[in-house]
Amino acid sequence: MTDQIPPLEPTKDNGDEPSDSRRFFEDITGINVDWRTALMVPFLAILSALIVGAFVMVMTDIDILKKWPKNPGGAAADSWDLIYSAYQALAKGAFGSVGAWSETVIAATPLVFAGLAVAIGFRAGLFNIGGQGQLIMGGMLATIVGFQFASPSFIHIPLALFAGVLGGAIWGGIPGILRARTGAHEVITTIMMNFIALFLMNWALKTSFVRVEDRIDPLSKVIETSAKLPRLLAWLDRPELRIHAGFLVALLVAGVIWWLLFRSTIGYEFRATGFNPDAARYAGINVNRTYVMVMAVAGAAAGLAGASEVMGLHHRLFSGFQGTIGFDAIALALLGRSHPAGVVAASLLFGALKAGGRQMQAATDIPIDLILVVQALVIIFIAAPALIRAIYRVRTGEGTGVVTRGWST
Amino acid sequence: MTATAVAIETVDVTPAELRRSRIIGFSYIVMAILVLWLFGLGTEGDARFGLAQPTERFADFPDLVLPAAPFAYGVAIVLAFLGGAQLMRGFGKWTNIILGIALLLFVFAFLTWATAGKSFSLVGMLRETVLRAVPIGLGALSGVLCERVAVINIAIEGMLLTGAFTGALVGSAARNVEVGGLNIAVILGIGVAIIAGALLALALAVLAIKYRVDQIIVGVVINIFAVGLTGFMAVRVLANNEHLNSTSTAKPIGIPLLEDIPVLGTVFFRQNIFVYVMFALTALLTFGLFRTRWGLRSRAVGEHPRAADTLGVRVYRLRYLNVMLGGMVAGFGGAYLTVGAVGRFDDNMTSGRGFIALAAMIFGRWHPVGAVSGALVFGFAEAMRTKLAILGTNIPSEFLAMTPYVVTIIVVAGLVGKARPPAADGQPYIKEGG
Repeated sequence: MTDQIPPLEPTKDNGDEPSDSRRFFEDITGINVDWRTALMVPFLAILSALIVGAFVMVMTDIDILKKWPKNPGGAAADSWDLIYSAYQALAKGAFGSVGAWSETVIAATPLVFAGLAVAIGFRAGLFNIGGQGQLIMGGMLATIVGFQFASPSFIHIPLALFAGVLGGAIWGGIPGILRARTGAHEVITTIMMNFIALFLMNWALKTSFVRVEDRIDPLSKVIETSAKLPRLLAWLDRPELRIHAGFLVALLVAGVIWWLLFRSTIGYEFRATGFNPDAARYAGINVNRTYVMVMAVAGAAAGLAGASEVMGLHHRLFSGFQGTIGFDAIALALLGRSHPAGVVAASLLFGALKAGGRQMQAATDIPIDLILVVQALVIIFIAAPALIRAIYRVRTGEGTGVVTRGWST
Repeated sequence: MTATAVAIETVDVTPAELRRSRIIGFSYIVMAILVLWLFGLGTEGDARFGLAQPTERFADFPDLVLPAAPFAYGVAIVLAFLGGAQLMRGFGKWTNIILGIALLLFVFAFLTWATAGKSFSLVGMLRETVLRAVPIGLGALSGVLCERVAVINIAIEGMLLTGAFTGALVGSAARNVEVGGLNIAVILGIGVAIIAGALLALALAVLAIKYRVDQIIVGVVINIFAVGLTGFMAVRVLANNEHLNSTSTAKPIGIPLLEDIPVLGTVFFRQNIFVYVMFALTALLTFGLFRTRWGLRSRAVGEHPRAADTLGVRVYRLRYLNVMLGGMVAGFGGAYLTVGAVGRFDDNMTSGRGFIALAAMIFGRWHPVGAVSGALVFGFAEAMRTKLAILGTNIPSEFLAMTPYVVTIIVVAGLVGKARPPAADGQPYIKEGG
């Protein structure tokens, strides 16, 4: 905060006409891009997060900590070795081979769906923390359709995917309806819906209808082969390449969501409501209906995340299949600036971190939880570019601003 | 608020209130039917509720024995009567109290049905209720402190988790010596947990107040960060050094005379320091917020920071102060999970209690007493879930586990009336020309 009154002349860039390519990009995507800032802030955010992560690694290594007073040089060398080997394993696990790429994409697939679910909410001024529950419900219904029916793939796969959409849409739609009718804040209701979905799944996994017969642990029956998403690299005949068609569905859905948000009337209403609900209402937009639709569409996207995990990867439901995807999604939406293309890019990055993090844990005993710390730091640097400005002395755009509102209205 | 203003508020009945009144009335009748049908018909035997524990002074305090079916019929009649009265003329300002009593009766009818033909330690469950309410209640009080100055604190979960972790680590590392009846390790564990909570709160405050980052995003980030960092440290440090993850715990301290009161003594007055602090803080904050200069200023900052600023209240300073205090309370609440209870840290051991605390705060309408009452309700639900497993009812435990979350949704969706948060909640304050 400066003590002076800001000068009157515009503080933004000079009022040059944007270049043709940039204007074209803006036309196409509906976002204002300043290429330099759009890429620089995420880059610096990730860099800073990795640096802090390295610091955390070194500070928690008891052997190195004991070495510092006696042999600072050796301790510094050990620290460097530790950081280097950890991040090398991470890079290898993410991009080092075809298998690594396959794992990265697999990890990214559900993140795209879930990230879109949060991004749609942000665009309409709603904060959907319920991705976790919506994902569980989508996965659960897709599993049931997957093992209950037998039909040709070209019917069974769309049917199971639709079950995922339905499960998620219902689970997202309920908070939407509550928000529209009673003003109950979606942050609270979606969190509660997460817990309810979790217990519902745990219960379902105990029933004889869902649970696999000859086991007592909470595992569902395996879905029919006709409901399994095809493996993309099956022709290479290497079973460890698990990459499946879910990623293609994710890209398709990202495209559809982009069209919905930036090319359709409904999407315009979503964004207008997010920009200023009072003005939207004044302009004749049914804001309450918009809330319900936004949450249902968001839930549907998250439901697909669950469905694709079950149909493409695990082929059955089990407690914990959901991981923390619904929560990672919040980071993704912020990192991708709530734009479908940004979400896809961010998901690939987080997928790489996840796949690489597993390799890192296996190779160097650095727990994969470090990735969570890195993710948290990435979000905060993105949400508060003032921090980046202060650290790197560069010019950045303004932050994400207030994307959510308080508890009421 | 003057007396006339209050009178006007109660006389005016908006359509929304009328609708709500009807919904409540019908729910009483539905509850009466449920009690009659599920808990009354076909139930046999007596329910025997234990009211004393063997270690108590009056261990021979008689059990409460209720014939299950007649009790259910009685409850059904009372509920039906309440429903009728609610629909005919309403209870005015008593509505919420009557609602509480009705729910209590319903739950008790359920318990009697589940216990029919068996015996069940009621006092044990109530004691468990208070214990399980502690982290939730302290978290909710932390939320009250922050939100009264219009800073949304979603990060309670992360603060609880960090408090639990640091409490366990420091409590284990410190030397286990008693000085004047006080365990140094326990005190140090609690102290560092409080500091850890304050540090996270400082991060929240700086990012939310100075950098004006969206407060909910900051909260979410702090939660992810706390889960990641404590999980990381648990694997990297605690897993290889088991001696760093077994702290001595705070022992129950009996309050002379009060601890010998039947039922109440066991439930409230033979607990550890965390329970006493929770109730003391509730009283202190209620007095502080509504009877002191600090409280008046805090509430002014939460409702209308611009006006408060104009009158010379230092908005930023008060926000920093209260958010930090909130962090300390949450850190202390987190320490309960390790230093006050099990003595060791487990990955992600808060398991969503911070979010429940948030719900308890909204449930309690941003009032300390309400927030802790909400926490007690959630504590009761948790205690009932664990204790009912012993009784072996045929209700799947998952559905019992779900109940508090469903109740929260119903509550937040307005059964208890529209809760009004502080007017400026969540909005950053930009000082004019400053």
